[in-house]
Amino acid sequence: MTLAGRTAAWWARLRSPRLPATPLCLPPWLPTGPAACERPYSSHGKEKLDMSTYPVESIRNFSIIAHVDHGKSTLADRLLEITGTIAKTDHNKQVLDKLQVERERGITVKAQSASLFYNYEGVNYLLNLIDTPGHVDFSYEVSRSLSACQGVILVVDANEGIQAQTVANFYLAFEAQLAIIPVINKIDLKNADPERVEKQIEKLFDIPVDECVRISAKKGTNVETVLQKVIEKIPPPQCNTADPLKALVFDSTFDHYRGVVANIALFGGEIQKGHKIVSAHTKKRYEVNEVGILTPNEQPTHKLYAGQVGYVIAGMKEVTEAQIGDTLFLYKQPVEPLPGFKSAKPMVFAGMYPVDQTEYNNLKSALERLTLNDSSVTVHRDSSLALGAGWRLGFLGLLHMEVFNQRLEQEYNMSVILTAPTVPYKAVLSSAKLIKEYGKAEITIINPAQFPDKLSVSEYLEPTVLGTIVTPQEYIGKIIVLCQDRRAVQKDMVYIDEHRVMLKYLFPLNEIVVDFYDTLKSLSSGYASFDYEDAGYQAADLIKMDILLNGNPVEELATIIHKDKAYAAGKFLCERLKDAIPRQLFEIAIQAAIGKKIIARETLKAYRKNVVAKCYGGDITRRMKLLKRQAEGKKLMRKIGNVEVPRDAFIRVLKRQTDK
Amino acid sequence: GALGLVRGAGVVVSPPPNPQSGLPGGGDVAVPHGAPCPQWPYCRKRCSYCNFNKYVVPVVDEAAVGSCLVREARTLLRLSRVQSVTSVFFGGGTPSLASPGTVAAVLEAIAGAAHLPADAEVTLEANPSSASPQRLQGFRAAGVNRLSIGVQSLDDAELRLLGREHTAAEARGAVEAARGLFPGRTSIDLIFGLPGQSRDAWSRGLEAALGLCDDHLSLYQLTLERGTALAAQVFGGNLPTPPQDLVADMYHIACAALLSAGFRHYEVSNFARKGALSTHNLSYWRAEQYIGVGPGAHGRFVPWGEGGCRREARVQTLEPDAWMREVQSRGHGTRRRTVLSPLEQLEEVLALGLRTDEGVPHERWGRFSPHLSLEAVFGAPGEAAELQQQGWLVLDGGGLRCRREGLALLDSLLPGLLCQLQRGWARAAAAAHGDGTPGRISTGDGGEAAPGIAGAVSGGSGE
Repeated sequence: MTLAGRTAAWWARLRSPRLPATPLCLPPWLPTGPAACERPYSSHGKEKLDMSTYPVESIRNFSIIAHVDHGKSTLADRLLEITGTIAKTDHNKQVLDKLQVERERGITVKAQSASLFYNYEGVNYLLNLIDTPGHVDFSYEVSRSLSACQGVILVVDANEGIQAQTVANFYLAFEAQLAIIPVINKIDLKNADPERVEKQIEKLFDIPVDECVRISAKKGTNVETVLQKVIEKIPPPQCNTADPLKALVFDSTFDHYRGVVANIALFGGEIQKGHKIVSAHTKKRYEVNEVGILTPNEQPTHKLYAGQVGYVIAGMKEVTEAQIGDTLFLYKQPVEPLPGFKSAKPMVFAGMYPVDQTEYNNLKSALERLTLNDSSVTVHRDSSLALGAGWRLGFLGLLHMEVFNQRLEQEYNMSVILTAPTVPYKAVLSSAKLIKEYGKAEITIINPAQFPDKLSVSEYLEPTVLGTIVTPQEYIGKIIVLCQDRRAVQKDMVYIDEHRVMLKYLFPLNEIVVDFYDTLKSLSSGYASFDYEDAGYQAADLIKMDILLNGNPVEELATIIHKDKAYAAGKFLCERLKDAIPRQLFEIAIQAAIGKKIIARETLKAYRKNVVAKCYGGDITRRMKLLKRQAEGKKLMRKIGNVEVPRDAFIRVLKRQTDK
Repeated sequence: GALGLVRGAGVVVSPPPNPQSGLPGGGDVAVPHGAPCPQWPYCRKRCSYCNFNKYVVPVVDEAAVGSCLVREARTLLRLSRVQSVTSVFFGGGTPSLASPGTVAAVLEAIAGAAHLPADAEVTLEANPSSASPQRLQGFRAAGVNRLSIGVQSLDDAELRLLGREHTAAEARGAVEAARGLFPGRTSIDLIFGLPGQSRDAWSRGLEAALGLCDDHLSLYQLTLERGTALAAQVFGGNLPTPPQDLVADMYHIACAALLSAGFRHYEVSNFARKGALSTHNLSYWRAEQYIGVGPGAHGRFVPWGEGGCRREARVQTLEPDAWMREVQSRGHGTRRRTVLSPLEQLEEVLALGLRTDEGVPHERWGRFSPHLSLEAVFGAPGEAAELQQQGWLVLDGGGLRCRREGLALLDSLLPGLLCQLQRGWARAAAAAHGDGTPGRISTGDGGEAAPGIAGAVSGGSGE
């Protein structure tokens, strides 16, 4: 599925209240959502495993990384089957993707882990597979998973070859100094060209051709070889059970019965039920209730030992108590904490409001529950004159936003209004008064309504990303034009083989957030791929563009925009608005303005006649019904000055902006 | 419209004010008025723009339909306890297809059940194709004293587009014959805003109509009703959509032309000179009582005879055969009765009254709402004040009414005014006893009063 298709579907969902995909018929006190449902009984009825038979030397911790659709989840399914972790059936598809949204979209949103047992040359090995999300929006989660690993399997499609995300993921693993096993997947396909892909890998990643493993994860061809390579090439973790406990929290989930389930990797010592542990981050003390491994469901064990990966349940009530990247140690035996991760940084912000204000509390509780399992979403209370009370949410990217919204609908049956997405801009303040007010000189703006005036700002900053594009060479011309149009600066251009080029551009984030990926895909007939990473802030000539109706600003359409883009965007918004607002008793000037300067204008003419021709005895009932409906509708109108605007008009305007 | 006391057929029951009455709702005399509107549901041909309840059948059992109209008129007049009939309107369908004998029988029945003064307005809707001088003479002999002729256009191409079965020349002939028989009491209907119609074509048509007409004209902007052949052609892109601004121009051109020809623009689409206003249709806009007789006819009256004490909105069964069976078995074919709350009655008083040049006088409002005056609702700051300031509306010693400019925009004014009324009503109710109705209005029969007000009987959809 293309991002374009998803975006359109997402906006479509905003508009129509829909039936939930899965009716929620559970009683309200039971946890809902697939993740929660699969777990309740895992800690009962099974004998606890003794993990002491797996010393550090026989442990391998690894991830599979790949461009989307190159077969990561299929390979994971095969590895789970071969090692007997799950039964071999025809139904094992995306076993580690537990969320409905993941299975529907064929993507991995939330990393899952599984411990595999494998006997190789007479030795029993414990192989911990730490799955990673498969989309650029979630690269933060990838790096978080990688920190618990010593090696990765880098999967590349034998037909498509290296793609943008392959490059990004390779560098994540390379910079973390992990062992890399290149695997060329889908060799059973008719157009497979593993030789070409091997050459690309050699050229771009400097990995000799003969180190690549050619497989078909779908058919199981050569998958055993991959396991053997994992054992041979990935080093065991460097740590000692005799050391004091040092456990890295690399993920966490929330279970309504048992509280927080923290996924941990042991970098030293051991852990078992009854241990008193302390969080290095919060300094809070807990008593361990249960430890175990993931197979991929939770399987309790007596203990976990250095080098092993598993979970711990220790009476933590909130996910924030199990901060990702936190280090756990034994009470009174403090250790040097592991270098934590950078916390997730939201790239895209949008206002979220209940469709009907009476739903506010229901939405609030749904948001609270969903963010328990997705700590990368930031939530601030917000309110808008037009949309009432709501929140401003921060997401890792647009897909993340869509997925979050889809989970709200699927798992909590909530329909919401989302406003236009915006990126986090910054302003360096020059006004002493404002600096005092904010308590700092540099502020982040996540809501255009709070954009400070130019007079009190010495510099505006916009977030940038370093984008990687991999494309067949015939599309280079068009792609370069597209990138220039998006104010991007070329940083690199490399032929990765005779036909394919890798381009690197520095992009302003706001230029790629909404529709760049769709446009890129459509002008390259789907062949170009794209990935990006955070590249800090740059100074930018930003302005706030207001939309005015008869001179009065429409708060929810205010946009922060680069000066060079204002004219076209203003014209576009005015035109759309003209179609979305019904004619009224007076003429309406629809204007785009920067400060006091009008940069675009459309005029909606006044009604000159609006009265039904016939109203006699037989027409009255029908007429009154219609009039009363219009009177009801009037109460729901957003009034800007004396102009009445239907509530869905803004959403309609913004929606078409993404459709252009 | 067609023969028959069908749609919109009715007796308008107009309650004259009576200061002595102690009854809630402003008190009307012991002589309730009503306007029966008998409907003739049949047409010879389906017009391309018409979505009325009408039936094109090969043979009409006129004797049976006629006797059912007679019976239902008697039954409903008895139910309403209307004592004096102010007007009768034969609508349809095409009531001029019925024989004068049938019309006479219905009028006799009405006169037998209530007082029908000799000067009461009795209108019949006629199509030019069933309006020969002989027939018209017959209708006059039967008691009809006013004719409303569906001319629609004086251009043959336009008439074909509308699916009419007559020519412009036939229409002229019919109007001339009618004027001879009903001098000063002949009305003609015209339609404007047809797909493809130009401003000039409309001006020419209007000029021709002014040369032909008597003292009453109805000018209707074409409404493209879903389900009609014409609407399907326009929505399907086979005919051009009439541009909003052009249609507005046509309306304003017509208003100006008729004004200078001495006509009074007394309702959105209706014009009269020499006082030739339609009494029957005014009764709708003044929210008086009327009794619908015939298939699909609508009524508004208090069924005192059934023990009712509030005004009801009533609809008779649509389909003629089913309607006849019901009339034969229980005397009437009322399919739906909805009691109108005092607030709903006021909403109608407002929405209908503002269609006329007289608007809603204080006296009328007071009859429906003795405890919450027009001034109390619309005099306070709010929608009405804004509209007044913008020049669309006037609230003064006479009452609440549209200015000339506002009348053309009434449908944009009404939603806000209804909101203001609803708020005012709720406020007054809360202040009175916190239970929902202001003051003693809770007994709520609005204007109607005790049994025995006069009424109008009409058939057909109005003019």
